Amino acid sequence: MKTLILRTASNYLLPVLLLFSIFILLRGHYLPGGGFVGGLIAAIAFVLHSFANGLKNTKDLLKIHPGFLMPAGLAVSFLSGMSPVLFADMPFMTGLWMHGHVPVLGSIGSALFFDVGVYLVVVGVTLTIIFTITESA
Amino acid sequence: MLTAILLGFLFAVFLIFAGKFFKGKFSVLASLIPLGLFIYFCRFIPEIGSGRVIRETYEWVPSFGVDLSFTLDGLSLLFSLMITGIGFLVFAYTSSYLKGHEYLDRFYGYLAAFMGAMLGLVLSDNMISLFTFWELTSISSFFLIGFNNTSEASRKSALTALGITGIGGLFLLLAALVLGNIAGTYSIAEMLSMKDAIAGHEYYLLAVIFIFIAAFTKSAQFPFHFWLPGAMKAPTPVSTYLHSATMVKAGIYLLMRMTPVLGGEEIWNTTLIIVGAVTMVYSAVHTLFRTDLKGILAYSTISALGILVFLIGMGTKDTFLAAAVFIIVHALYKATLFLVTGIIDHETGTRDATALSGLRKVLMPVAIAGFLAAISSAGIPPSIGFLGKELTYEGTLHSEVFNIILVVAIVLTKILLLYAGFVAGISPFKGKLPERFQKIHMPSVAMWLPPLLLATLGMALGIFPALVQDNIIKPVVTALGENSEEIHLALWHGFNTVFILSLVTIVVGTVMYFVIKPSEKLENFIAKFHAASPKTILEGFNRLFVTFSAYWTKIFQNGYLRNYVSTIIVFLVVLVGYTMIGNTTLDLDYASLSNLSVYEIVATVILILGVFYTVFTGSRLAAVAAMGVVGLAICLIFVFYSAPDLAMTQFSIDTLTVILFVLVLYKLPRYLKLSDYKMRIKDGIISCAFGVIIAILALEVLSEPVHNEIGDFYAKNAYIMAHGKNVVNVILVDFRGADTMIEISVLAIAAIGVFGLLKLRLKSSDRIK
Repeated sequence: MKTLILRTASNYLLPVLLLFSIFILLRGHYLPGGGFVGGLIAAIAFVLHSFANGLKNTKDLLKIHPGFLMPAGLAVSFLSGMSPVLFADMPFMTGLWMHGHVPVLGSIGSALFFDVGVYLVVVGVTLTIIFTITESA
Repeated sequence: MLTAILLGFLFAVFLIFAGKFFKGKFSVLASLIPLGLFIYFCRFIPEIGSGRVIRETYEWVPSFGVDLSFTLDGLSLLFSLMITGIGFLVFAYTSSYLKGHEYLDRFYGYLAAFMGAMLGLVLSDNMISLFTFWELTSISSFFLIGFNNTSEASRKSALTALGITGIGGLFLLLAALVLGNIAGTYSIAEMLSMKDAIAGHEYYLLAVIFIFIAAFTKSAQFPFHFWLPGAMKAPTPVSTYLHSATMVKAGIYLLMRMTPVLGGEEIWNTTLIIVGAVTMVYSAVHTLFRTDLKGILAYSTISALGILVFLIGMGTKDTFLAAAVFIIVHALYKATLFLVTGIIDHETGTRDATALSGLRKVLMPVAIAGFLAAISSAGIPPSIGFLGKELTYEGTLHSEVFNIILVVAIVLTKILLLYAGFVAGISPFKGKLPERFQKIHMPSVAMWLPPLLLATLGMALGIFPALVQDNIIKPVVTALGENSEEIHLALWHGFNTVFILSLVTIVVGTVMYFVIKPSEKLENFIAKFHAASPKTILEGFNRLFVTFSAYWTKIFQNGYLRNYVSTIIVFLVVLVGYTMIGNTTLDLDYASLSNLSVYEIVATVILILGVFYTVFTGSRLAAVAAMGVVGLAICLIFVFYSAPDLAMTQFSIDTLTVILFVLVLYKLPRYLKLSDYKMRIKDGIISCAFGVIIAILALEVLSEPVHNEIGDFYAKNAYIMAHGKNVVNVILVDFRGADTMIEISVLAIAAIGVFGLLKLRLKSSDRIK
């Protein structure tokens, strides 16, 4: 599927789609969206890029193997869940919130970081599975 | 106390990093850990002796009533001192016994972890933490028995031991749950005050049976005894430490600990007396037919454990006192004999009782240790063994049930144990030194001093029983719920029935020793009964179990995805269908349903068309695309019913599924009809049945009264408590965040699985055949 149109378009679509996925991730707290969908969209963006430019180029673009995103994401989620235990002496997964209102994001709390972790894990899992299958196909 | 228990585990972890240091000539330093702990526990002796009980509690899982609560009373103290004291000597002994061994650090790690687990076991007050430590001892014992992991016999023995004691451990958990249910607490100290309520409860019998199974498997009582002789495959320090002095006594400890809670009832006493008596006689007789020194010691250990169970079973103050003393006696002389055997094995390379003789000429201090231990084992004055035997006889003579039989049984056992002790402790050293053992030299001090120390201690305590009487023995009897005020230990009890029995024992035993010699012939004789032994029977069960599970796996785990899917669906259909028969009202209020809109009709029609196209198309690519259409139509329906989150996710997933299918398309064989006409009809029927069941289920849910408490709670509190307006997302990341945490872990595991399966191309020679 190495058509010129798709290749050109994918170069522009990748950043746009990634931006969109982050948007979906961040708005999840108030409107439909969240880490899971956001992660899937980001994964689709990379898959689209690999369809147009070949897997090797996408991998070069990513620099690291997507598998590394899984432990990173799990760590972020787990730490955000542990933060109330460590800092506030409250049970695991208690929501901690910063005072004040941040533009665009609303209020920032440990739940946001948890969602970021979910996002990373989903991107890592999806890309690992799809890349592995592509390589062996 | 928590630190004391954890120290062993911490040291084991520390060894992972500092293993090299402890492998070399500094290995003897490892023994400082148990020595330090021994001193720590010694400091409690005066306090416990004055009748105090020390308790410490740390919260662990308070919501389930599971705490790390520790009690140090007389019973715990006695065991703690044995664990750390003998532990110290064994650690030191090992540094020389396994000198230069490739995995010495590993060995110390297992040993230290075992010590920690064992301390935890005897100090725990909470049944659940007791169970945890109990299992940890089984697991560390598994590694220690299988330490020579290149030998198949070692591995098999380790598995047998783990199997037997592990099953026992599960029964201990059951017992803990039953008792926790009856008493409303897992704390043994709190159960003490509820003794009558527990004894009168309908589940009392159940709790007792579970405790018995746990204790009998751990302490190698008949018919679960056979794992212990097998466990002798372990290096000798392990046999000394785990399989004579400490771990096997865990079952005894459990019985003693539970005596004030469960004891005093007829079922408790009678069972213990019978099992203990059968075990002690059965295995004492077995010692006659062994030629391997460790085999003789293993059977005499089982017999000694039988005596302890028997004494606990009689349940009087006299027998508790006898049990307390006999625990010390046995730990001292049996550990000595094992260590002596280890030295002999180490120096001569054999443990065959028929081949060894005259070693006193080359191993004098070891010979002294062996002799003293044999004296104590035989119960000849002035050893503490004599004291233990006198007390045992006295307790048995005052027994209220089957008096004569029990006295005969215990005297017979003691005679045979005397024989076993002499064979292991004296035989190898007397007589002429064979040619081939001439060049043997003394082992290092770290090896011969520990047995000598233990043996001397056995003598010293016999001559001065006051050393342990007030501070150690009395608190043990108190912990068993008896008044210990009037206890007075002395070697000389006067010329009475007990003394006559003692005399008979010593004379008959000594005569037997000179008449019967261990020989191949006797060993072969007992081998004839192998087919009827509990070991063979249980192994038969084991094989049956393996065959059954192989058959089971062949049916359900056959590797065909389509069979897995249909198995799951058929199972679900049958289960749900069965439940719904008779419970289905089919009473649907049509007025409550919302009207169909044009959009919904269109989406549904597309969906149905997509399904039919998927099923009947001749091209795989078309089928995949049609599946995608089905998915998207479902997305649309989600959107109509205002579930945008669900629709978005479903949409992304469907896109990725189609991509995945397209990727593997090239790899698949040409699109052939894999299934014949009949199979397709069968699959069709299964699918339709599943669809119908789900449809009925959905309609039934509608006719149920609506419970909205949970939904209302989330809707109300999403913004107040979690600062979010999207309730779905708030549930995912906040209210049920722990679930999500586990789900993403599962996702990651699945991805690793896919990666591993596809990337790891094993060479055909590496595959498991």
